[in-house]
Amino acid sequence: MAELLRTHPLEAWATAFERLPDTVGTTVEPFVAMVDVRLGALGPEVSAALGVDLPTAVNTWVPTDSGWAVWLGPDEWLLSSTAETPEEFEARVRSAVLPLGGAAVDVSAQRIGLRLTGARVRDVLARGCAIDLHPRVFGRGSSAQTTLGLAGVVLLGLSDTGDDYLLLVRSSFAGYLADWLLDAALEFTPTHKS
Amino acid sequence: MQLIECPWCGLREEVEFYYGGQAHVAYPEDPAGLSDEEWAHYVFFRDNPKGRFAERWSHSAGCRRWFNAIRDTATYRFERVYRLDDPKPVIP
Ligand SMILES: [Zn+2]
Repeated sequence: MAELLRTHPLEAWATAFERLPDTVGTTVEPFVAMVDVRLGALGPEVSAALGVDLPTAVNTWVPTDSGWAVWLGPDEWLLSSTAETPEEFEARVRSAVLPLGGAAVDVSAQRIGLRLTGARVRDVLARGCAIDLHPRVFGRGSSAQTTLGLAGVVLLGLSDTGDDYLLLVRSSFAGYLADWLLDAALEFTPTHKS
Repeated sequence: MQLIECPWCGLREEVEFYYGGQAHVAYPEDPAGLSDEEWAHYVFFRDNPKGRFAERWSHSAGCRRWFNAIRDTATYRFERVYRLDDPKPVIP
């Protein structure tokens, strides 16, 4: 009987990421459970059931007990959890929003996370993204659904100093985006050993 | 690259958007009562002005919401963007 191994789409890029200098640090985030929520109107009962006030300001995210909640649209959010299996997470969120006419769908397998840290990662992102990422306008709590290179991404600002970002990309685009990031980081990467 | 303002997300690159043709084309009150020619006019016939044109756009790579825009077809300038439930703006 064949054994099913769970491999990460970016396993083959791990060594290349490790060689990057700290100024353009790129690491693969562990898998987390994610749920996409559609809900027309928010109320205190939603906050109580979910344990978080879903963000209503456009292009923002908020931390939750075990992850984050990202504004994706006027009636859509992306939630993550490290505390539950995707099935448990989906069931919990669904039971909270279903009575209010909302919907919750497990999308854990859709995207993977990349953590970008360092003083030059903002320059790397600027190679393929027109959004102003200066910490004055894109600090901790900011988010954007946009394109980086040719890949659709969700970008979360994690610091107020412009040196820490979480990049969510669809698994099938992860290899393309990993190659793109390595190429964009090339000018900040020593190419010979001294 | 030209930036287009999504009424929700703000200024984004043009490649994030999808064009949806002329805006404010009302669905016929009684579709079954239309002749083939009238139906063809509803489905296929659109204005083609040189100048300001009310159009539908979708922020397909962002929030994926549809919205309307007044765009000048001669200059490609976006003069106004507005949500679907907003009335068509009057530009002096
Ligand atoms: Zn948008």
